Amino acid sequence: MKFISIMLGGILIQNFVFMQYLGLCPFLGLSEQMDTALGMSGAVIFVMTFASTVAAAFEQFILVPLHLEYMRTIAYILVIAGFVQLVEIFLKKTVPSLYKALGIYLPLITTNCAVLGVALLNARQSYGVLWGTVNGLAGALGWSVAIIIFAGIRERWKFMNIPGTLKGFPLALVATSLMALSFQGFSRLFASVLK
Amino acid sequence: MKRSLLHEFTKGFIEENATFRMVIGMCPTLAVTTSVKNGFWMGVAVIFVLTFSNVFVSLLRKMIPDQIRIPIFVILIATPVVIVELLMRAYLPAMYEILGVFVPLIVVNCIIIARAEAFAYKESVLRSFLDGLGIGAGFTCNLMIIGGIREFLGTGQIALGSFVFPSVKLFEPLVVMLTPPGGFMTLGLLMAILNIAVARSAQKKAH
Repeated sequence: MKFISIMLGGILIQNFVFMQYLGLCPFLGLSEQMDTALGMSGAVIFVMTFASTVAAAFEQFILVPLHLEYMRTIAYILVIAGFVQLVEIFLKKTVPSLYKALGIYLPLITTNCAVLGVALLNARQSYGVLWGTVNGLAGALGWSVAIIIFAGIRERWKFMNIPGTLKGFPLALVATSLMALSFQGFSRLFASVLK
Repeated sequence: MKRSLLHEFTKGFIEENATFRMVIGMCPTLAVTTSVKNGFWMGVAVIFVLTFSNVFVSLLRKMIPDQIRIPIFVILIATPVVIVELLMRAYLPAMYEILGVFVPLIVVNCIIIARAEAFAYKESVLRSFLDGLGIGAGFTCNLMIIGGIREFLGTGQIALGSFVFPSVKLFEPLVVMLTPPGGFMTLGLLMAILNIAVARSAQKKAH
């Protein structure tokens, strides 16, 4: 039950982009083409899930026993940056095909605030390692759903006649607003069952 | 030809405005701007972190090896972020709760790493200090303007401390402005309006 509620919550109800304002820079910056959106989604799902595991384990086994919770921000950013570097090296050596597909997106992820954001949110809600990982996966899936839908929309308006003043970011933000409005429809989804 | 010191400060408001010209730092711009007050305190935190990190990056710029400069920037940025976090939790606990996870997330705010990389790593300490203050103050203004629009439309009033303007509500508040869709819409339309203004002034210059 908790699994379903965290998954549904991360993907639809508390969608990172539309409800929590996390990971907006890559969402707006990399959604112009479907290929880049898909590549970035893959990288985000991979890194965010395991970075949540690593950060939650770090919290549970190092920060809490040593009473260093106030150093959480510094510790997390170092752990995540180190983890991304490690993934990059590991993929390059073992799965070169996957590395080729995700390679250029990996360094960008360190600056994706959603990755650090989900780790910090997990710590605030004291989710622990297992549920932290599930929440990371759910958040990443939600982020991917958002960017893939959005890339589909943006590919279509490439050929449309748009007023000059709206071109680029203004129109992207207005479109995001309308998408967020429709995602708000999920806010009471199964509210009586899940809780 | 070096630019004047005053210009290093003032360019952050219009010419190199973080939100509207460079379109970076979007997450806090939308997340905390439900009122003028929230925008202001978020802006103050960013000014502190940006000035601190710019000064230290600039001080150490000759010692930082090129290949590992990004991890070093991150540590130099994370330090003031932790200071701000602890100060806020101690002196402004209510504001710390409202800003929530976005205070520690200043660490991955693209504005700060962009200024470290593009400016402080190359320029003198004094210039980097002024640049940090200017870009930070410009960002604070953006947050307060967006916060003002959203607060006014969303609650019908703007509250600054005990001063509330206007004292009677003139219209039924549009609660949607306080939610994410309202935030995205406000920023998108503001950018469009600015584009019109820029295009108009360019047209005037051409004539």
